[in-house]
Amino acid sequence: MKRLMKWFLAAVVLGLGVFWWLSEPRLPLESGVGLSELTDAEPDLTKGERIFWAGGCASCHAKKGASGDDKLLLGGGHRLDTPFGTFVTPNISPDKKNGIGEWSLEEFAVAMLHGVSPDGAHYYPSFPYNSYRKMQLEDVSALYSYLMTLQPVARENEPHELGIFFSWRRSLGIWKRLFSNHKWAVEVDDSNSSLVRGRYLVEVLGHCGECHTPRNVLGGLETGSWLAGGPAPEGLGKIPNITPDENGIGSWSDADIAYYLESGFTPDFDSVGGSMTSVQQNFAKLPKEDREAVAAYLKSIPPISSK
Amino acid sequence: MKTSLKSGMTATALLLSFGTAIAFAGPIEDRKAKMKEVGKQTGIIGKMVKGETAFDGQAALAAYVAMGNAGTGFGELFPEDSKTGGETTASPKIWDDRAGFEAAGKKFGEDLGAAIQSGVPADLNALKASFGSVAQNCKACHTDYRIKKN
Repeated sequence: MKRLMKWFLAAVVLGLGVFWWLSEPRLPLESGVGLSELTDAEPDLTKGERIFWAGGCASCHAKKGASGDDKLLLGGGHRLDTPFGTFVTPNISPDKKNGIGEWSLEEFAVAMLHGVSPDGAHYYPSFPYNSYRKMQLEDVSALYSYLMTLQPVARENEPHELGIFFSWRRSLGIWKRLFSNHKWAVEVDDSNSSLVRGRYLVEVLGHCGECHTPRNVLGGLETGSWLAGGPAPEGLGKIPNITPDENGIGSWSDADIAYYLESGFTPDFDSVGGSMTSVQQNFAKLPKEDREAVAAYLKSIPPISSK
Repeated sequence: MKTSLKSGMTATALLLSFGTAIAFAGPIEDRKAKMKEVGKQTGIIGKMVKGETAFDGQAALAAYVAMGNAGTGFGELFPEDSKTGGETTASPKIWDDRAGFEAAGKKFGEDLGAAIQSGVPADLNALKASFGSVAQNCKACHTDYRIKKN
């Protein structure tokens, strides 16, 4: 009996050790490579602004319903009601005390690409680093430079209000191992620059899959139903299927999709609504060819019937 | 005799159930019908703006007027007992923030009124300007007060 107990304890200790090792907020080896050279480069603010709108930063980090220049005040404070609890979006303005004003480019890149904070803690995936992780380094750098030009906002951060099972950040290390990957959701013809750009805008910067792809019980994306819609991950209602299926937007032309992103009107002149309004307003600020690239990509992906 | 009594009873039962259906589903059905009509009129102008149909100033003004007629009384179709049912896409926020909802409706009425006041739009650019002002109200209201269900 005593011997059995010993074995049991050994197994528990070993289990904890494995968990600790797997959940460590360590960074993949490739992080940091090339960043030091980028720091010295002249910041490309025009590009940074384009990344900012495509990335949808203001949709969660500016005040809810902000318009005009108020979209550039990134004090956070949105409350995202999810099955795991309420996430309160943080201050990402260049405020030195409550925002990211003291962050280095490298710290910013690690947060964006790996979901790890400067003090070494995992971020919750309500921050879509799983999408951003395929961002090109020069885009991360341009975005960093652009964000640092914005006006600091003093708003103090508030803690998330999560269920007891989800409040321990360390366990997110396991979540990342289960659900993070570098693979594209859809293979495209690499010689088609519009499709390649469209895929980058949809899968990475626009992080469209974070809402338009259904999630499993642990909150991981069901990549087999890529962009097929489902219950809203935050708030009430359903998120539409945007694959070229008859339950999705199969009847929309390329021009219809691009016009929707520009104007907020569907082909039968229903209007955009809910959290998509802010996303559409972001896309309206991008060059026309970006909206056309999104349209080309969305027309090219596999049609999937909604559940 | 027996048969006619039976059919009479069936008819009464049908009438009763029909009446009940109206009493419960009335405001939801009515506001859906109104919104559908507003959407149809929006489409008439929107297609000109989008470049799918030719510019027609008279038809555009007529659509604005029809939109106004359809929208009249819309705000009164949200009684407390119509929060759910009938596959409504109305957000609970309509009842939680009545003042905000009514202000959004008022703004729509004012912008639409201004478009109608300025008469037949002179050209496509004039129409684009008035449509921009009127149509921004669609998304303004749908952002906070509608929930997509499909």
